Amino acid sequence: MREAHPGLPDFDYVRPASLEEASRFLAENPQSARPFMGGTDTFVRLRDGFWKETRYLVDVKNLDGRAEITFDPRNGLTVGAAVNMNQVVADPQVRAHYPLLAQAAHRVASYQLRTRATLIGNLCNASPAGDTLGACLLFGGILRVHGVEGFRDQPLAGFFQGPGRTALQPGDIATSIRFPLPVPGSVGHYEKLGRNVLSDLAIVGVTALGHPDSSTASGHRFHLALASVGPVPVILRDLLTQAPLTPEALDEAAGRAMEACHPIDDVRGSARYRKFMVRNLSRRALNRVWEGLQSGHCCE
Amino acid sequence: MAHHRISVTVNGSVESVDVPSNMTLLTMLREKLGLTGTKNGCTAGECGACTVFLNDEPVNSCLVLAVECDGAEVRTVESLARKGKLDPVQQSVIDHNAVQCGFCTPGVLISARALLDRNPDPSEEEIRDALVGNLCRCTGYVRILDAVKDAAQVGAASETGGSR
Ligand SMILES: Cc1cc2nc3c(=O)[nH]c(=O)nc-3n(C[C@H](O)[C@H](O)[C@H](O)COP(=O)(O)OP(=O)(O)OC[C@H]3O[C@@H](n4cnc5c(N)ncnc54)[C@H](O)[C@@H]3O)c2cc1C
Ligand code: FES
Ligand code: FES
Repeated sequence: MREAHPGLPDFDYVRPASLEEASRFLAENPQSARPFMGGTDTFVRLRDGFWKETRYLVDVKNLDGRAEITFDPRNGLTVGAAVNMNQVVADPQVRAHYPLLAQAAHRVASYQLRTRATLIGNLCNASPAGDTLGACLLFGGILRVHGVEGFRDQPLAGFFQGPGRTALQPGDIATSIRFPLPVPGSVGHYEKLGRNVLSDLAIVGVTALGHPDSSTASGHRFHLALASVGPVPVILRDLLTQAPLTPEALDEAAGRAMEACHPIDDVRGSARYRKFMVRNLSRRALNRVWEGLQSGHCCE
Repeated sequence: MAHHRISVTVNGSVESVDVPSNMTLLTMLREKLGLTGTKNGCTAGECGACTVFLNDEPVNSCLVLAVECDGAEVRTVESLARKGKLDPVQQSVIDHNAVQCGFCTPGVLISARALLDRNPDPSEEEIRDALVGNLCRCTGYVRILDAVKDAAQVGAASETGGSR
């Protein structure tokens, strides 16, 4: 009987016993082997006929107890690679110190998908629409990566090279991500436009982070990360430092965000629509952050 | 393609199953174990008809490999009724006529049960959020929302004390 939906193509499931074994296997089979965590991107890509050369799926989520979130008041937050999105959303330390990260993770798909989807998978998948990329970039995330040469730190700045392309080399396995302590008083907000209110890939996503800074004329510093409007996230740092904060100044910063991005037309939206939405959502996100900074509350 | 002999507890009974690498949990449940309550709507994580409990958390079984479930505990819609008594969510869905074709219902029931296990008194917003991944193409969502709201009020946790 013909299947109503295509099944997964043939591959061998491989479960290495150690990170060394996993990195070696991946490096020896650079074209045909792929690491996976939750598989929510991987299986869909395979089923849709992408990655035709994949022969081995290497399950790296069961290595070295990396399913933990830890917080250290000096070093910040570390999220293990096998931690799923629901754990990120619910974690008290994440909610207390990095609520923006919880908010962004919550915007990924549905509860049952988030049981499997991981933060690390979202980053390594490097989709420009990924909901958590902006928050991870603005918090200065540093990936811990195990490769054939051993461990190294890989800052997220410079990590994203294009849709689905990252600085990872064959054999590299991201094992965790660390976020330094946020600047005291930081407030963040994520605005996502999808085809529906909840769950769906972003047509445009705007992540905003602001914090007090006594060295600037405004007494603050704002940063923006824009999703789905270029091959990699678009980052605008150090906004709104030159003059006192006014609604007009926030509008102008939102206009700068619009000018800074060069989106394309695709099935989810035209380039022109995306640019206007970047301005509107940036204005909204900056205003939410500004409100949060004034009230002394982190917004969500 | 490699095959794997796995041991998995499904609805309380330990099963030893031979699965190829590319078999999903959904296919294993339906085609190896004959548990056809779990539905295949999209095989892409979009519709939620395939939702089951994996180690007490709901997952899209179309996006889990069977081989990954070695040593795991799986519960499907077939496990919700106990000793001939429906789970409060099942009863409430019937009472509210929240079923038409019924294709989405097994997934809705699992998502709703999972919600009430982790939060016995959810707000409407929390119910909507928990059911975002369950598409229904015929009943409409209002009856489903009402059914889950009532189930929360009536039963809180199910007779078994929920799933944990
Ligand atoms: C129905 C559906 C809805 C979705 N909605 C959203 C959404 O709203 N927002 C959003 O951002 N995403 C969405 N996604 C995409 C996906 O769920 C996320 O990107 C998720 O976070 C991926 O995590 P994963 O663990 O499942 O990744 P995997 O599929 O396991 O991996 C993704 C990629 O990263 C690589 N990789 C994984 N782990 C490692 C590692 N440790 N080291 C090196 N490389 C690694 C893999 O080789 C692969 O290329 C959706 C997907 C589906 C199927
Ligand atoms: S069949 Fe799994 S989500 Fe649709
Ligand atoms: S009852 Fe038919 S899809 Fe929901």
